[in-house]
Amino acid sequence: MSVLLIAEHNNKELRPFTYNAVSAASKIDEDLHILILGNKSEVVAKSASKIPNVKKIIHVDNEIYENFIAENYTSAIIKHADAYSHIVCSANTFGKNLMPRIAALLDTSQVSDIIKVISADTFLRPIYAGNAFATVKSNDKKKCITIRPTSFEPAPASGGSAEIVKSEPGEAFKNSKFVKREEIKSDRPELGTARIVISGGRGMQNSENFKLITAIADKLNAAIGASRAAVDAGYITNDHQVGQTGKVVVPDLYIAVGISGAIQHLAGMKESKIIVAINKDGEAPIFSVADYGLEADLFEALPQFLEELNKLNTIQK
Amino acid sequence: MKILVAVKRVIDYNVQVRVKEDGTGVVTDNVKMSTNPPDDNAVEEAVKIKESGKAKEIVAITIGEEKAQETVRKALAVGADRGIHVKVDGVVEPLAVSKILQKIVDKEKPDLVFMGKQAIDDDCNQTGQMLAALLNWPQATFASKINVKDSSLEVTREVDEGLETIEVNIPAIVTCDLRLNEPRYASLPNIMKAKKKPLEQINASDLGVDTKARIEQIKVEEPPKRKAGIKVANVSELVQKLKNEAKVI
Repeated sequence: MSVLLIAEHNNKELRPFTYNAVSAASKIDEDLHILILGNKSEVVAKSASKIPNVKKIIHVDNEIYENFIAENYTSAIIKHADAYSHIVCSANTFGKNLMPRIAALLDTSQVSDIIKVISADTFLRPIYAGNAFATVKSNDKKKCITIRPTSFEPAPASGGSAEIVKSEPGEAFKNSKFVKREEIKSDRPELGTARIVISGGRGMQNSENFKLITAIADKLNAAIGASRAAVDAGYITNDHQVGQTGKVVVPDLYIAVGISGAIQHLAGMKESKIIVAINKDGEAPIFSVADYGLEADLFEALPQFLEELNKLNTIQK
Repeated sequence: MKILVAVKRVIDYNVQVRVKEDGTGVVTDNVKMSTNPPDDNAVEEAVKIKESGKAKEIVAITIGEEKAQETVRKALAVGADRGIHVKVDGVVEPLAVSKILQKIVDKEKPDLVFMGKQAIDDDCNQTGQMLAALLNWPQATFASKINVKDSSLEVTREVDEGLETIEVNIPAIVTCDLRLNEPRYASLPNIMKAKKKPLEQINASDLGVDTKARIEQIKVEEPPKRKAGIKVANVSELVQKLKNEAKVI
């Protein structure tokens, strides 16, 4: 048995969730290899080789991989598939887009979004927006798996020295073309990996009012999240969305402000260690998952919250 | 241009799903069922493209038990022209669904296939990508905006980092995000008219696709419950609890 992990990166560095995926993959089997498909991505291969417990890095460098088009990735991955019992990657938009294309060509029924490795063929995964957990056993010879990154600790970034093997690119796919990426740059911690997340919902009423959340996020060094309602209403951009079809976050502290707590939102945050809900509707479902609930008007509570934080001598970063 | 739209019947998104006590699955008896929400967006987008004059025909397809037909009827009521119901009982994994859809695509020869990006029951997020692979077609997943050009689509995709735009040549697969559009409601007269629109029934077994599950569901259980929380009286109590009790700030 050997596991092939498809790395997510930006040609400059590995995306943080690749480290979480390494942890999960090494629980499947010790013989773990990482495949890096990129353009001018030597530095990525180098950093992957430093992850302890990784036995080999396969590095394919070609301009067709510059923008991570799944159709181009697939032909290269299929070329290497024979040698592996498992092909895995993160269950974020990168892996969700890519893995089924590989699985179908290998005639494998994919196991999506696993949160626990029970054995090399048996996994735990949430279904119905996390309202049920299914234990599933894959009976396919070759297994294609996506990993929910926030359910696994990140692997260390240094200490290893895996060999880097260069490999040839696969065939380029002519019918898909990258046009542009509008990436929202921010100095804040990434939503997926932040220790504290503060999210706003429909109760924020407009984008201007998100400043109240921003001020607290600055103070706590927190990432900013949002419910789908808030994104749909245009209060904030889609990269902030937490929920069943947005991002899943598991911070130490999640503060939900003006969010009623639809099942679909809870799916993205209810595994957080501590949950705070601030809502003026005492019956809002968000209170059913909150460790600390505050029934209050957010427009009064948020400024007070900031004031109280300012009074503290120290705040953990 | 012809558009094939795939729709799935799932437990309604508003239903609080309950796990069966024997661990074999979730309770579906007497539970409200509906079309998978992003599949409604897929139907809506196809109808809008037809209304703009860029498509001639919309065929709605579902795969599942007898009652799955309801989802096709709903698509017919909002503007699809005809329907296909591939009958099969029990759980059909995305791989088998995509193989069935491949057979239908071979027969119907659509220019575009639309569907939701993910079904809210099994949360797999696989079928569109798998179908694209089997057909060797381009895939535009998680679409929040579609611009139909002469022989291609420009699609804005919702990705973790923000928005990404790609161009895919037709024929292509598009999987739709909830933000793509606002699905319309069917009017009563249109619901009545939809009953007269053609709906073809095909048995999955007649298509020669093996629908046997490859993944064994060993058990389904409730997720661990969170311990009950408390209500705090005011903001200063909240901050004090976070600092001294939870020790998270």
